[in-house]
Amino acid sequence: MFINWLLAPLQYEFMQRGMIAAVLVGIVCAVVGTYVVLRGMAFFGDALAHTILPGIAIGYLITGGARDTLFWWALGTAVVAALGIGAISKQAEIKEDTAIGIIFAGMFALGIALISTVRSYAVDLSHFLFGDVLGVSVQSLWLIIIFGAIVLLTIAAFYKEFLTLSFDPILAATLRLPVNLLNNLLLCLIAVTVAVSLQTVGVALMVAMLVTPAATASLLTQRLPTMMAFSAFFAALSGVIGLYLSYYLSIASGAAIVLTATAFFLLTFLWKRMKSV
Amino acid sequence: MYPHRNHQKDKPILDVRDVSVRYNGRVALESITFHLHVGERIAVVGPNGAGKSTLFKVVSGVLQPNDGEVTISGSQPTVHSCIAYIPQRSQVDWNFPVNVADVVMMGRSAKLGPLNWPKKQDWDFVNHALKTVEIDNLSKRQISQLSGGQQQRMFIARALAQEAELMLMDEPLTGLDTPAQEGLLNLLDTLRGQKVTVMVATHDLEQAAKHFDRIMLLNKKIVAFGNPENVLHSDNLLSAYGGRFRTVEGREGLLALDDSCCDEGEHDHVH
Repeated sequence: MFINWLLAPLQYEFMQRGMIAAVLVGIVCAVVGTYVVLRGMAFFGDALAHTILPGIAIGYLITGGARDTLFWWALGTAVVAALGIGAISKQAEIKEDTAIGIIFAGMFALGIALISTVRSYAVDLSHFLFGDVLGVSVQSLWLIIIFGAIVLLTIAAFYKEFLTLSFDPILAATLRLPVNLLNNLLLCLIAVTVAVSLQTVGVALMVAMLVTPAATASLLTQRLPTMMAFSAFFAALSGVIGLYLSYYLSIASGAAIVLTATAFFLLTFLWKRMKSV
Repeated sequence: MYPHRNHQKDKPILDVRDVSVRYNGRVALESITFHLHVGERIAVVGPNGAGKSTLFKVVSGVLQPNDGEVTISGSQPTVHSCIAYIPQRSQVDWNFPVNVADVVMMGRSAKLGPLNWPKKQDWDFVNHALKTVEIDNLSKRQISQLSGGQQQRMFIARALAQEAELMLMDEPLTGLDTPAQEGLLNLLDTLRGQKVTVMVATHDLEQAAKHFDRIMLLNKKIVAFGNPENVLHSDNLLSAYGGRFRTVEGREGLLALDDSCCDEGEHDHVH
């Protein structure tokens, strides 16, 4: 029976928690990701996710691998890294993407080096890199709920400011909106999103959650609010389908979620192509 | 609330004093001094790289000059939200997921203040602005589906929704066909009654002469500034455009060949 097939994995509490985490993280990533896509910040998002690895590594070494405190290490590093990258990209001597590339690869290497000092590092490193959504604890779930809600409420509260700034920065400046503050606020929101998503998809696949559902939505709509809604829908659905695939095919959960999101994008892309021919 | 300073009625709407701008040591504007009165319309004419966009950015307070001072009705630009900068169409992301009404509503962002959502009064402003520029039937249309002239009208509507008193338009005529250009210029004429001061950067000398009170001939410095008949002399034009400009004595008067335009092919301008 199909219904049994659907319910079977949910008899495990870790699957229930994982399912809730995947859906929530998907929604938060998708909404923030709308701005990442519209403002062409995909590379920034990818770099930011990788840059937090040394922060996680230090937390991991200090606490001896306690998972629940790692969120705070990830959050702190992500905010510092986001504002740091934001500041670096304003200087003119080196091109922005080159500067980001140097820092992100260097920090990522530092993170791997730190984690490799621990004997059993291979398993833990793979969790940081690719996520461990089935290992989400009740406490981690609450952190995802609280910080995810903060991100979504901030996006809603400053909706018109972020919209104006993203579409026409000069208009935002001549309206005397606090442009620098808003830019840094958006960087911080992306940073919080990265920290929230860490356990679900891991640093290496994070950019897919930020970019892929939003890109899929952008093919289907021409209004920002609907783009956010579609993006959240595709991300949440990818989380659920991905976890079922992971359960029944025994594949890594983070990879399964990202592959599902990618499949949605490809199908939408092809469908649109066929329609326009 | 976002900053907003009341205007001193006895001061010019725009007063630019001895303004110079340098980018990495290269001079973009040098010792610019002029002032505008409420309701004037000015055409800013000059070759590419003459500093037209830079001048607009300084006037709108987006760019700080290296020397000199700009005041808007007695206070610095950065405390005013009444300056509308209408970008060149080529600098806009037309695939951005917004419709015409969304863009015009952006002009209300400052007046709304933080954490407020548009109220009926703001939608009235938007609808009225769209009616004024005669595109109220297009308010739900995605912006990439507008013609060039309609795109410019949308930005004028946004400036009206912003309650702009100084409108800076960066080459609004470039790339428009002649009927669209005429329509836009006629619209600017009808806006005269609203006491909006307008500065338009343009390559088109003929349109500038026909529709504007004064013409500023700019090439890093102000070459000439005044009534069209006083400004558009071959000496002035040669000095503004240099080697890139040739004047030819034609059957209908002075024919000015502008070699500097690059966007939509070469124009010939007859005077």
